[in-house]
Amino acid sequence: MTAFIIRRLLQSVFVMLVVALVAFLMFNYVGDPVNQMVGIDTSFAQREHLRQELGLNDPTLVQFARFVGHAVRGDFGLSYQHKRPVADLFKERLPATLELSLVAALFSLLVGIPMGVYTGLKPDGWLSRIFMAFSLVGVSLPTFLIGILLIFVFSVILGWLPSYGRGTVVAIGGWTTGLLTVSGLKALLMPAVTLGLFQLTLIMRLVRSEMLEVLRTDYIKFARARGLTDRAINFGHALKNTLVPVMTITGLQIGSIIAFAIITETVFQWPGMGLMFLQAIQNVDIPIMSAYLILVAFFFVVINLIVDILYYVVDPRLRVDTAKANGHA
Amino acid sequence: MPGPLLQIAHLRIAFDTRRGNLVAVDDVSFDVHRGEVFGIVGESGAGKSLTGQAVIGLLEPPGRITAGRIRLEGRRIDNLPYARMRRLRGKQIGMIFQDPLTSLNPLYTIGRQLTETILTHRNMSHAQAREHAVRILSDVGIPAAEKRMEHYPHQFSGGMRQRVVIALALCVNPKLVIADEPTTALDVSIQAQIIALLKQLCEKHATAVVLITHDMGVIAEICDRVAVMYAGRIVELGTVRQVVKHARHPYASGLMGAIPSLRHRQERLNQIEGSMPRLAEIPAGCAFHPRCPEAFAKCRRRRPHLIEIQGAQVACWLYGEKA
Repeated sequence: MTAFIIRRLLQSVFVMLVVALVAFLMFNYVGDPVNQMVGIDTSFAQREHLRQELGLNDPTLVQFARFVGHAVRGDFGLSYQHKRPVADLFKERLPATLELSLVAALFSLLVGIPMGVYTGLKPDGWLSRIFMAFSLVGVSLPTFLIGILLIFVFSVILGWLPSYGRGTVVAIGGWTTGLLTVSGLKALLMPAVTLGLFQLTLIMRLVRSEMLEVLRTDYIKFARARGLTDRAINFGHALKNTLVPVMTITGLQIGSIIAFAIITETVFQWPGMGLMFLQAIQNVDIPIMSAYLILVAFFFVVINLIVDILYYVVDPRLRVDTAKANGHA
Repeated sequence: MPGPLLQIAHLRIAFDTRRGNLVAVDDVSFDVHRGEVFGIVGESGAGKSLTGQAVIGLLEPPGRITAGRIRLEGRRIDNLPYARMRRLRGKQIGMIFQDPLTSLNPLYTIGRQLTETILTHRNMSHAQAREHAVRILSDVGIPAAEKRMEHYPHQFSGGMRQRVVIALALCVNPKLVIADEPTTALDVSIQAQIIALLKQLCEKHATAVVLITHDMGVIAEICDRVAVMYAGRIVELGTVRQVVKHARHPYASGLMGAIPSLRHRQERLNQIEGSMPRLAEIPAGCAFHPRCPEAFAKCRRRRPHLIEIQGAQVACWLYGEKA
C-alpha cells in the first residue's frame, strides 16, 4: 500500500513537471514577454536591460528550473494585464470556482447515482424510460445552451434567480463563500445545475449499465438463492460492485468540472478562475494562462491519486500484499 | 406417515421467444423424500438446471412455469408471491451453483456473507450468528475457521470456495438443497472430497439433495434415486441400482456405457452418436429416436409416456405395446 502510494506520488510529480514544461514554453513561444511588458517607445537598450534583469538570456534549462522553483512556492509572477501577482488573483477567484465545482459534482452524484440504480433495477419501467430520454438530452445539449435556456426561463421570464454573479459572499479567513447567504445560494443554483447536468447524465448511464451487468453475475443469483432481501442484494451487494468504475469516471469528471467551468462561468459571469482565464487569453496574459494550466493539472493529479487510494478501500482484491501475507489454503 | 418432501407434478417450463413458445421442460414429475439424494442426469440443455431453478423460484425471464405444480411438504410453492418465496429460499430450500469462483461476492469477507445470510432467516444477535458461522465453516472442513471469517473470497482456492458456498447454502439448515453441477468447475481430485462432504453434511442434518449433474460417476456414488432427462423430459427414473446397473431406456444405457470401468478393459468408451436436438427442432414421436439404435416405426410416430416396470419408470416403446 505505502509502496503503491509512493510510486503514484512519483508519477504525479513527473506529470506535473511535464505540464510545467508546457506552461513554461508558452512564455517563449507565445509572443515575447518583454514586448508584452513595455510600451512602444521603450528603447532597445532598455529592453535588453530588462531582458537581462528578468533572466531571459540565461540558458533555457536554468530558466525552467527557476520557473519550477517559483511555481512550487506559489509564485507565478505578475499578470501583464492586472499588474498584480498571479497568485493573489488566483487566491481571490479560487473559492468561487471550487464552490461551484463542488456543488455541481455533489449534485451530479446525489441525483445521478439514485437515478442510475433505479433505471438499472427497473430497465423497462416508464420512469426509467423518462430518465433515459432525459439523459440523452443532458448528454447531447451543449453546456452553454443549457445555461442560456435556464437564464431565459428562470431569470428573464420567471425572474426567480439572478442571471449573473455570485450574490452576496461572506469572507471566512481568506476564503469567500456564497454558501451562507440566501442570495449566494440562489446565484449558485443555476450555474451548478448547468455545470453538473452533463456529469449527472453520464454517471446515471454508467451506474445503470454497471448495475445491469452486476445483477447478471453468479454471486447475485447466489445471494437471491440464499433468500437475502432485495434491499440487501441491490444496495449491499450490487451497488458496491459498481463503485470501482463509477469512482474512476467520477474522479476524471470532477477534474473536468473544474477545468470546463470556463464555459459556465462565462455564461453566468461567475467571478471564478475560468472567467479570468478566458479574459487572460483575450489579452495574451501568459502568466495567468500558464498558472491556470498548472493549477488545473494539479487538481487532476490530486483527484486521481485520491481515486486510486479509494480503489484499495473498496476492492479487497487490489490489496495484493495482504493476500500474499495470508497465503492460500 | 408424512408425504414426500418435494413433489413435482407435470411441470412444464416454456420460453416466450420471437419464434414462438419454446417448451424446455415438459411433463416432468418426481418426488423427493426427506433426507434422500435424488439425482437428475442428462446432457447440457436437457432441462435439468431449469427444473432446479423452478423449484427454488429463480427461473430467469422469459422462462416461466406454464403448467404443473411444485409442492414442498404438501404446500404449493410454484405460485407463491415473491416475498413469501424469498423467505423460503435459503431457509427451506438451499442452492449450490456450479462455479464457486463466481458465486461469492468479491467485496465482502466470507464471515460477513455468512452472518448476513444467518441473520436474514434467524432471529439471533450478531454475536450468535457469528458463532454459528464459525461452527458451520469448520463443519465444511475449513481449517482455522475463526481466522478465515475475516478473509475475502479471492484468498481461498477453488475447492475451499466451494466449501464456503456449501456452508452458505446449508447455514440455516434447509430441508432441501439443490446442487446444480456442484463439482463441474473443480479439479477431479477435489470433486470427490466435495461430493463426500455434501453427502456427509446432508446425512447429518437429514437434508434432502437434488443433485443435478451430467456425471454418471457422481450419481452412482451418492444418489439414492435418479432421473435421466432427455430433451426436457424424464426418460427413465428409478433407484441408482436400477438405472445404473440395469438401464432400460436405450439413452440411459448409452450413458452408462460411457462410464469408464477399471474392471473391463475397453479400447474405446461407448458413445451415443449425434447430439441432442435443439428446443425448436425436437422431432415427432420419441425425441431420442434419431439417435436410438433400437428405434422402430412406432418411435417415429408417437411419443412414449413413462410406464412402470418393476418399480422403475421408463418412457420407451421397447417396454410397451410395440404396434
